[in-house]
Amino acid sequence: MTQPELSCPKCGTSNPSKAGYCNLCHAPLAASANIFEPGAQAQALSGGNTGVSGDPSVKPALRHRSMLLFPDAERQNVRMSIILFAALFGIFVSLGAITGEALGNIGNGLALAAVLFAILAGTAYYSGSKIILSFHSAEKADHTKHQQLMNAVEEMSIASGLPIPAVYVMPSTGLNAFAAGRHPREAVVAVTQGLLDKLNREELQGVIAHEMAHIKSRDTLYNVCAAVLVGAITMMSEIFLRGGVFRGKRVRSSGSRSGGGGRANIVLIIFGIVLALLAPLAAKILQMSISRQREYHADAAAVEFTRNPLGLASALSRITEGGAHVPGESRGTQHMFIINPLSSLGGDTSDLMSTHPSTEHRIRRLRAMAGLMEG
Amino acid sequence: MVYIPLVLLIVVIGWFVAAYNALVRLRNQVKNAWHQIDVQLKRRHDLIPNLVEVVKDYMAYEQETLTKVIEARGAAVNAKGPEAQGKAENFLTESLRGLLAVVENYPDLKANQNVTSLQEELAGTENKISFARQFFNDSVMTYNNKIQTIPSNLIASLFNFAQEAYFQIEETDRAVPKASLR
Repeated sequence: MTQPELSCPKCGTSNPSKAGYCNLCHAPLAASANIFEPGAQAQALSGGNTGVSGDPSVKPALRHRSMLLFPDAERQNVRMSIILFAALFGIFVSLGAITGEALGNIGNGLALAAVLFAILAGTAYYSGSKIILSFHSAEKADHTKHQQLMNAVEEMSIASGLPIPAVYVMPSTGLNAFAAGRHPREAVVAVTQGLLDKLNREELQGVIAHEMAHIKSRDTLYNVCAAVLVGAITMMSEIFLRGGVFRGKRVRSSGSRSGGGGRANIVLIIFGIVLALLAPLAAKILQMSISRQREYHADAAAVEFTRNPLGLASALSRITEGGAHVPGESRGTQHMFIINPLSSLGGDTSDLMSTHPSTEHRIRRLRAMAGLMEG
Repeated sequence: MVYIPLVLLIVVIGWFVAAYNALVRLRNQVKNAWHQIDVQLKRRHDLIPNLVEVVKDYMAYEQETLTKVIEARGAAVNAKGPEAQGKAENFLTESLRGLLAVVENYPDLKANQNVTSLQEELAGTENKISFARQFFNDSVMTYNNKIQTIPSNLIASLFNFAQEAYFQIEETDRAVPKASLR
């Protein structure tokens, strides 16, 4: 707020001093010399080609990077989630088919896979609702005691068009928040007392918007689906490795097959073993990258609700500084939080197995949505 | 093979029903979003008497600011028609900003629990009004997109789904300088 502001030469809107692009019309801002050399900028504004375009100083100093718009960011993340899900499902189906082939009939394998999936999905769906709230000893938020929080939640429910969720406050001093609920009607948002103490209004609004975005895009369902697929893949590979291969051999050898068929069979079985060994790992990696895509998506959707990417960005950096640790969290619940409560302070490692992208990357994307350049 | 035309027919009818219902839902959402703005404006009208009641003892020398707020509220409550209402509400927003700026000059007032709570409530209401307008405009955009894009535009033109207009502020209001409520 104390930074001097830049006004856009095209539409006159005031922008933060480091802005590379105008907030309103997305025109590049003249004063941000890190996009173009000043001379090139002046030329571009006057529109005249004075014939010195061969001069190297006229070339852009940096490659032109356009501003990240939240609808584009959201679409991109949705597309990525779908691709990743398709890959996960592909592994699942081919594992089912391979197991079936080894057992003697592809159809049987696929049917087995489907039954397994249905059982796992059913249990996960119906046991997943009474989540973590009890063991974080959360209390229901109160309108007079947590006035600002309740207002922020109501504002975000208006902005997102969702019903107002149940709001809880966890007594922890760590800075974190999570959302739960398979359906917006039964949604829950919980924040820690530490978060309420440390964040200002704008930042709190950003965090709540992120949680409401998780609710609106049904990310709990996404996570349940991904976890169920991973579980089913692991079980299928167990079945294949323990029983399928050997029984399959017996079935095949008793049949009247030619030698060529037998060799093809061996190749298939080796391929199947490799697939069965690698599938659970690959599935886990895919599940985690789905989770990271959902986080990026929730960040972009939060910007859609607040139209204030910098609020959430500064909340994220404050949460990282203050420590996101919440007592009582476990592997099973870590993906629900705004910042992974299990990762050590900072948590800037974005490895294959983490539920959240690195905070640094998330902040960089949010800043790009505000038209701010890196550095 | 005889089933193929039947299946196709069912698919087409299913799509038709789904697309029609989606259009109706979006149109209703636009209408509902419009009335949500009114709900939030009404909420602000109800809050102002409380605020005035709390601050008036402290602000003996600021009668002018207070009367301005009360008058603006009266005008906004009584305004008829969307255009007059919009004007009156904008005037109310400005006069409230003036009042909140004056409150900053009174340390006793700023320390008062009731006042800080009312200030938060008012800031929240201002936000809710603008978020309600934002949601209205977003709903209008989704609805208009649906009406204009293939293939749902066929159904829209068949059943006369008309485009909705966006909420807009007047050209003069664009020049209003930013005032921080915090």
